[in-house]
Amino acid sequence: MIVGERKPIQEIVGMLKGMKKILILGCGGCVSVCSAGGEKEVEILASILRIDRKKGGEPIETVEKTLTRQCDTEYLEGLKDEAGNYDAILSMACGVGVNYLADMYPKTPVLPALNTSFMGVSEEQGVWSERCAGCGDCVLDRTGGLCPIARCSKRLLNGPCGGSQNGKCEISPNVACVWQLIYDRLKGLNQLEKLKDIFPVKDWSSSLHGGPRKIVREDLKL
Amino acid sequence: MKSGSNLEKVLKSGQFAVTGELGPPKNADAEVIRTKARFLKGCVDAVNITDCQTAIVRMSSIASSVILMEEGLEPVTQMTCRDRNRIAIQSDLLGASALGMKNLLCLTGDHHKFGNHPNAVGVFDMDSVQLLQMVKNMRDDKVFQCGEELKGTEPKFFLGAAANPFADPFEFRALRLAKKVVAGAQFVQTQLVYNLEKFTAWMQAVRDLGVHEQCYIMAGVTPPKSIGMAKYMKNNVPGLDVPDEVIARLKGAKDAKKDVREEGINICVDIINQVKEIEGVAGVHIMAIEWESAVPEIAKRAGLLPRPSVS
Repeated sequence: MIVGERKPIQEIVGMLKGMKKILILGCGGCVSVCSAGGEKEVEILASILRIDRKKGGEPIETVEKTLTRQCDTEYLEGLKDEAGNYDAILSMACGVGVNYLADMYPKTPVLPALNTSFMGVSEEQGVWSERCAGCGDCVLDRTGGLCPIARCSKRLLNGPCGGSQNGKCEISPNVACVWQLIYDRLKGLNQLEKLKDIFPVKDWSSSLHGGPRKIVREDLKL
Repeated sequence: MKSGSNLEKVLKSGQFAVTGELGPPKNADAEVIRTKARFLKGCVDAVNITDCQTAIVRMSSIASSVILMEEGLEPVTQMTCRDRNRIAIQSDLLGASALGMKNLLCLTGDHHKFGNHPNAVGVFDMDSVQLLQMVKNMRDDKVFQCGEELKGTEPKFFLGAAANPFADPFEFRALRLAKKVVAGAQFVQTQLVYNLEKFTAWMQAVRDLGVHEQCYIMAGVTPPKSIGMAKYMKNNVPGLDVPDEVIARLKGAKDAKKDVREEGINICVDIINQVKEIEGVAGVHIMAIEWESAVPEIAKRAGLLPRPSVS
């Protein structure tokens, strides 16, 4: 899922300066699952903002809503009659939702309440970590299913650098060396020969470096 | 002979080679390079010029290499993948070759988290293995990375790589060196050797793969300058293995009211003498960064002088 984290309150307060009525819009997708931007978080953020503004003598009216998803046209369309009623929509979705709201409602300011962190897993209650960088050209068949693009600090494709020690990455004792994990896994699978071939220079054009990405599936179009 | 560099000639002649290392200054003062170069002159066959080591902004390795050449020394220009993409690397290497550089050490580069600009983008368009392959193809096949023909003069580098026998997973380390050699590495400089036992085991693995016959292996050494430095290297530098005996030797010297620096030089000379005896070790790389003045003494005491003149 896409994992996000709420921005510091003071940063959000700063964005809302001078505004009197806002829509705080949650998302029922990934950010709900990772407890960053779902219905509950909308409620909490709205209360904090109202209290903060009341204390400062400039109350703010907050309308709270949570859509099933903010990355689909059909759900965002539901706001068309009310979008113009607000000084801004404060989206608690990932950056995708914020963008799509801005695309659809050109006359309403749209603000992000979250930082979109990464695509990752929920390792345990309260702990999330990255697994995929969305490079658009998956290499996992060659690396035992573990991603050196997302999980190696230098995106190495030909094995661990000289900073791998005791299973940890040189950047931090809290970061696992994914190449140690790849080595161990391929050894366990009896596939170490996969590491012998030189992995050629990667084509990054399918990644962010080729410009904004888009997929069109003619077979699915209506 | 791929480049005709002095280092390539010395190694090819079968003589035990010696390289030094020089870290460019964090300013635009050419005199810093010249002063350090004078310590190294006559003691080494070539001098590595680091490329913003530990990700700290310094004078560029190519510019510093030019200043070094003006002092009559031969550079081993270092190039990392951290700060440049394939376009910038190839462009810089055309320039480096045109300016007369003949040795190139291809590295992935220290992560920028350690440097003075930790918020920078880490480029890492390619890794050191791919870098070696790209430069080898530019030289031998006259093609750019994209496959386009390189018309006219190609960059002719004697290609080097780094190897760390002390990093994990240990069993993969010799194999990783083998990959670098297939990719184009002709000489290799290792991480600092203090743990002789582990280095010997790694060399055995390298020999088992026959890699010592396909490239020249130079053992990295440095004199520990103080007990603090040895402890720092042991505890804070990932991929460095400093056994307790080394620290104990320095402490012993201090307790006996002897010069700790002198003992550091003794340790370095002892290590050189020991790696010299290991089959497949073709030279030493003395990395006395910020202690370049120690190199003449080390080279002299380790019997590495005078340096050969090979034509």
